[in-house]
Amino acid sequence: MRIALFATCIVDAMYPRVALATVRVLERLGHEVVFPPGQGCCSQMHVNSGYLQDALPVVRNHVKAFSAADYDVAVAPSGSCVASLGHQQPMVARAGGDEDLARRAEAVAGTTYELSQLLVDVLGVTNAAEQLGSWFPHTVTYHPSCHGMRLLRLGDRQKDLVRSVAGVEFTELPDAEECCGFGGTFSFKNPDVSAAMAEEKIGNITATGAQVCTGGDASCLMHLGGAISRTGAGVATVHFAEILASTRQNPLEVTGPVELSIPGPTGRRHRTQAAAGSAAGSASSDAPAAVAADSGESR
Amino acid sequence: MSRTALGMPAVRPVRGQGNLHAETAFPAAARAEMGNTQMRANIRHATHTIRGKRANVVNELPDWQALRSAGSALKESVMANLPELLEQFEANVTARGGTVHWARDAAEANRIITNLVQATGSTEAIKIKSMATAEIDLERHLAEHGITATETDLAELIVQLGHDRSSHILVPAIHKNRHEIREIFLREMTETDESLTSEPRDLAEAARAHLREKFLSTKVAISGANFGVAETGTLTVVESEGNGRMCLTLPETLITVMGIEKLVPTFADLEVYLQLLPRSSTGERMNPYTSMWTGVTPGDGPQDVHVVLLDNGRSAVLSDPAGRSALHCIRCSACLNVCPVYEQAGGHAYGSTYPGPIGAILSPQLTGITSAENASLPYASTLCGACYDVCPVKINIPEILVHLRDEDVRTKHGQRPAADAVPTEDGATAALQTPAGPQGTAENIGGGRSTGSASGPAPGRVRRLFQRLPHPPSEMDLMMKGASMVMSSGRRMALAERALPLGRAVAGHDRRISWLPGMAGGWTDVRDIPAPPRESFRNWWAQHADETQDRVRADGTVPDADPAQPTDPHQVKEGDR
Ligand code: SF4
Repeated sequence: MRIALFATCIVDAMYPRVALATVRVLERLGHEVVFPPGQGCCSQMHVNSGYLQDALPVVRNHVKAFSAADYDVAVAPSGSCVASLGHQQPMVARAGGDEDLARRAEAVAGTTYELSQLLVDVLGVTNAAEQLGSWFPHTVTYHPSCHGMRLLRLGDRQKDLVRSVAGVEFTELPDAEECCGFGGTFSFKNPDVSAAMAEEKIGNITATGAQVCTGGDASCLMHLGGAISRTGAGVATVHFAEILASTRQNPLEVTGPVELSIPGPTGRRHRTQAAAGSAAGSASSDAPAAVAADSGESR
Repeated sequence: MSRTALGMPAVRPVRGQGNLHAETAFPAAARAEMGNTQMRANIRHATHTIRGKRANVVNELPDWQALRSAGSALKESVMANLPELLEQFEANVTARGGTVHWARDAAEANRIITNLVQATGSTEAIKIKSMATAEIDLERHLAEHGITATETDLAELIVQLGHDRSSHILVPAIHKNRHEIREIFLREMTETDESLTSEPRDLAEAARAHLREKFLSTKVAISGANFGVAETGTLTVVESEGNGRMCLTLPETLITVMGIEKLVPTFADLEVYLQLLPRSSTGERMNPYTSMWTGVTPGDGPQDVHVVLLDNGRSAVLSDPAGRSALHCIRCSACLNVCPVYEQAGGHAYGSTYPGPIGAILSPQLTGITSAENASLPYASTLCGACYDVCPVKINIPEILVHLRDEDVRTKHGQRPAADAVPTEDGATAALQTPAGPQGTAENIGGGRSTGSASGPAPGRVRRLFQRLPHPPSEMDLMMKGASMVMSSGRRMALAERALPLGRAVAGHDRRISWLPGMAGGWTDVRDIPAPPRESFRNWWAQHADETQDRVRADGTVPDADPAQPTDPHQVKEGDR
């Protein structure tokens, strides 16, 4: 199948490794991945902040970029952004008096899947260890982000995929369905409440004893990872696409200083996303594996 | 059913007054409230308990979703036929010996009620817990006219004796624990002494003794109403303690204040709401007391029965197709109990009779966006959607929050008028303020931090875009306009992302950014931002798209020769929706 990747703006700019992980998983299944070059953002930041007029050009751009591309289905590693395509883009278009755009937005949304939706419902992946060769020898807990859970009704798709990864020791997160407190611009318009919500979530995460908290939205994970980094709780936040992409030969490292860059040919050691600063010093023993992963992935 | 033309009155509808106006913007109010750790612990405990109870009794009903749909559809039909239903209700109440009064706003309602009480010669009234009377600030108004209204609901009595404010629709004293309640009783009830314990049983007994005398001697009762049946003129009050039943049967005069949206068309429609309400609010299958009365029954109960129909901004809400479903609310408080923002900030932070998610949409709609303080309420949500999931009448609260944010932004940009001020005889007006300039915008009052200079980050082109605006753009305006420009073009995104290494330089050795200026400082006050990557995915992909084989080889997995047979994606998506 020809699959168009909608990276989403935050993954494109801040978490390119999550986009790459999505590509690796789909290519491994024998699918061709294309990246419609005109893509930008789903418009959610503008809509949720009340800037519907400024959202309109963003919506128009997304619809144009994906209408122009040739693909069977589109995929995004974000429940929130996929939900925004179906729930918000047509609304923004109609508020701007553009019914034609609204219809085309609905058509694009109709063929765009969140990653776990695509894997489970369309591609028939239910066992990541067997079907994707996924390997991740860590204790993992999972936070279901709100929009995937309540707007897309993803259910346990993401969690079940993670649980089926070889080596994963899974622990359930207490009060998992409670929001992490990100909420886009909420996180700096209401910083105190947002921080208190993150604190509560992090308390639940650390109570599980997991080394890694995974989820399906890079934005929530950035918020949680950023707060964990400040508190020094020592848990890494990792998008589930990266856990699915991790293999015995090219494993994902979760200790050491945060490195969001896609590994380059320099073979510099790295690890993913956020974790405690306090973990930084104790990471040296992991270096060889990380180097191996790097050089394996370079050209 | 979606008739959009609702036969709006030719006169402009009035806006709500009374306890609907926040005095402090939500972010600052929340910060102040969050300092009260005892209160937070109390609220956390209470909301989690009631949340669990609700989930149990809702999950046991196989037709819960159908019930919700029925509740929502019924309310939609009520709103579409409100004028006719109200007149039908009035005719039926009158035919049964009751008197109906129409109140445009809080001042009018207060005046009507005061006159009615004065006409009885009494200076005392007993009260059943009611949101409508709290909304219009009736108690204070009566006190100013020498009338003492005593709350008879236990939690409401605690709030009244504590000279406090309610912080929850259903459990007004949710922010108090039993030890604090004992203190209040000891201080305010002269008949109690140190032997009073903080056991709930003891406290309830003390309140019962305190109130008994009032029930037997007071000639006037004031109530709200959960439902009014147009077809029969019947009023309904749903409660748990039996105090309501006493108020509704013992006094000679009964005055009920009911928001005009509380109607249901027929008696049979109550069957839907009497299932939805108790399960959603107290987590009970059925509430202990459901009282219904229709006008006057000769020789039985109050012989002088009045209903005050309250608008106070409701017609204005009704006139907005995108926001009017807020009027469907049956005040169950389920949305408060699941709201993580309410859980942290508590009810007082919302500054209105209506706290929590429903308050965040209802208060600013009733009053109109008249002040920066009220305009901050629609932002008091992460849009997590938990409220919508539990709402028994399916009010899409997140969608209305976004709609109100849009209205707020357009109000600030001078693209729509701030809500109309309607002066009343009291001189109490819905304050008409000019749209907030940069000093008054919600984000500025937000974190209490100063914003950066408006001219600083604005490139010339952006600034020109703003020259049409009547007010200088806020930092938020600039950010949104700039982001809109960048994010609406893959080419501009690619260009902007070339600056990522700059962010890496800022992050330095420990690869995290711990301080940002201006508005973004709200983020870095409590969180780090990881050092950005060297390159965006888009720019990396431009060089590496064709390296599929290398990637697959590096991962050590060979593409399956016969991958799991894909399902037709179009079918999947159809079934999904
Ligand atoms: S909005 Fe819905 S959940 Fe909230 S109080 Fe009203 S009816 Fe209950």
